Amino acid sequence: MGYTLNFAAVWRSFDQLLEGLMLSLGLAVVAILIGALIGLLVAFALIARSGWARRPAAAYVTVIRNLPILVLVLFAYFALPQMGVRLGKIESFVAVLAIYSGAYLAEVFRAGLLSIPRGLTEAGLAIGLTPMQIRTSIIAPLMFRNVLPSLSSTIISLFKDTSLAAAIAVPELTFEARKINVESFRVIETWIVASGLYVATCSLIAALMRFAERRLAVPR
Amino acid sequence: MSKILLEIQGLRKQYGTLEVLKGVDCTMREGEVISIIGSSGSGKTTMLRCINMLEEFQGGHIRLAGEEIGYDHAGATRKRKSEKDIARQRAMTGMAFQQFNLFPHMTALQNVMLGLLKVKKMPRDEAHAIAEKWLDRVGLAGRGGHYPGQLSGGQQQRVAIARAIAMAPQLMLFDEVTSALDPELVGEVLQVIKGLAAADGMSMLLVTHEMRFAYDVSTRVIFMNQGVICEEGDPKEMFVNPKTERLAEFLKTSSFT
Ligand SMILES: Nc1ncnc2c1ncn2[C@@H]1O[C@H](COP(=O)(O)OP(=O)(O)O)[C@@H](O)[C@H]1O
Ligand SMILES: [Mg+2]
Repeated sequence: MGYTLNFAAVWRSFDQLLEGLMLSLGLAVVAILIGALIGLLVAFALIARSGWARRPAAAYVTVIRNLPILVLVLFAYFALPQMGVRLGKIESFVAVLAIYSGAYLAEVFRAGLLSIPRGLTEAGLAIGLTPMQIRTSIIAPLMFRNVLPSLSSTIISLFKDTSLAAAIAVPELTFEARKINVESFRVIETWIVASGLYVATCSLIAALMRFAERRLAVPR
Repeated sequence: MSKILLEIQGLRKQYGTLEVLKGVDCTMREGEVISIIGSSGSGKTTMLRCINMLEEFQGGHIRLAGEEIGYDHAGATRKRKSEKDIARQRAMTGMAFQQFNLFPHMTALQNVMLGLLKVKKMPRDEAHAIAEKWLDRVGLAGRGGHYPGQLSGGQQQRVAIARAIAMAPQLMLFDEVTSALDPELVGEVLQVIKGLAAADGMSMLLVTHEMRFAYDVSTRVIFMNQGVICEEGDPKEMFVNPKTERLAEFLKTSSFT
């Protein structure tokens, strides 16, 4: 093996990789925010007493969690237009990742809801709060604190899933890396640098989540 | 004689097939302090929880300040009131629970202010002033910035009482508020309740196992047994000369210290 690593070509295209990374982050942030909203609504539906709310929510979670995300990405981009729904690459991917995040976050949130004592809801009812006010002022804030530790790994995993957008030529980090790989022939160097960027970003997300956890911890 | 505040007629409640309240009748006037005593499982908690609709009930009527609680009746049929109406009716009563149930992510002050802001829609500074006043009244001046996790059980229970009473309810419900406390913290909570009864003339319905306290503060005592009111009257009379065998037995097994 007489191979010498030479990163010069990759450094010359480093801006391109960074732009890809920014797009990856953008896709993840928008999709996860929408997904969190879906997840919150679905989580409340999952613990609802009425089957009318619970069953469709459970079906959504089951179906999404049993589908590979790549299949969803390809379905949305290639099959939906045939059915008359035309979305751009980016919109289509964000929609898929949001729906996908929604199912995973719903499960995380549901677990967080179950650990909140019933007595807190009753205390809220007793002072005259409506069920919706109790959800927004008491249950949701406590649930978020409960799930922050497990939320970190879910968010990191969802961020990494943005690499699947490369399959439909969304110019995010993985797609840009492949382009540089093809153009420069510096295969090993390109993927080492791209991997480094993923690892660094994920570590940063984990650090931010730990910071949030400390900041939001209930004093005792 | 003062006005009638609470009227319970033929209250029936079952959990599935288990009948827990089997026709409870009770009338309470403004300013009365009524202690509910009875052995565990006799339906005391359930009765309190029906009054603020934390439990649905299957039969009978509850009227508070002339208002029919929980259900609209039309002939023989009845319909649960809207969630909004029930929330409004719940604010007419205040409740303190055995387990305090403070909101752990809010300071003592925020706990007391929440209902004032969200239910009474008060401006923040007014809510703040009222919350401070009540925290002061329960002996927690200066502790408003503490979180529940930073307070002792007795302090938490006093915050919970302040939270309920700051809403200016017409009736306070206390469900064994000292049962979860270490013995040395029981006194401070009972002292606060006594103060509210004496100084504020608050109407109160208290479930308690503290017989001495019931004897001292109650204008009337209700003894519940197996889902019905078995005996009621003046504690000075009842505790000394129980009319029913059941009450005599119950008093024998409870420590009157
Ligand atoms: N949520 C519930 N589901 C089923 N049974 C219950 C429930 N809550 C209370 N009960 C039953 O109702 C009866 C009365 O309970 P409760 O009102 O709590 O009694 P007390 O407060 O006098 O000890 C008991 O037999 C208890 O087991
Ligand atoms: Mg009880």
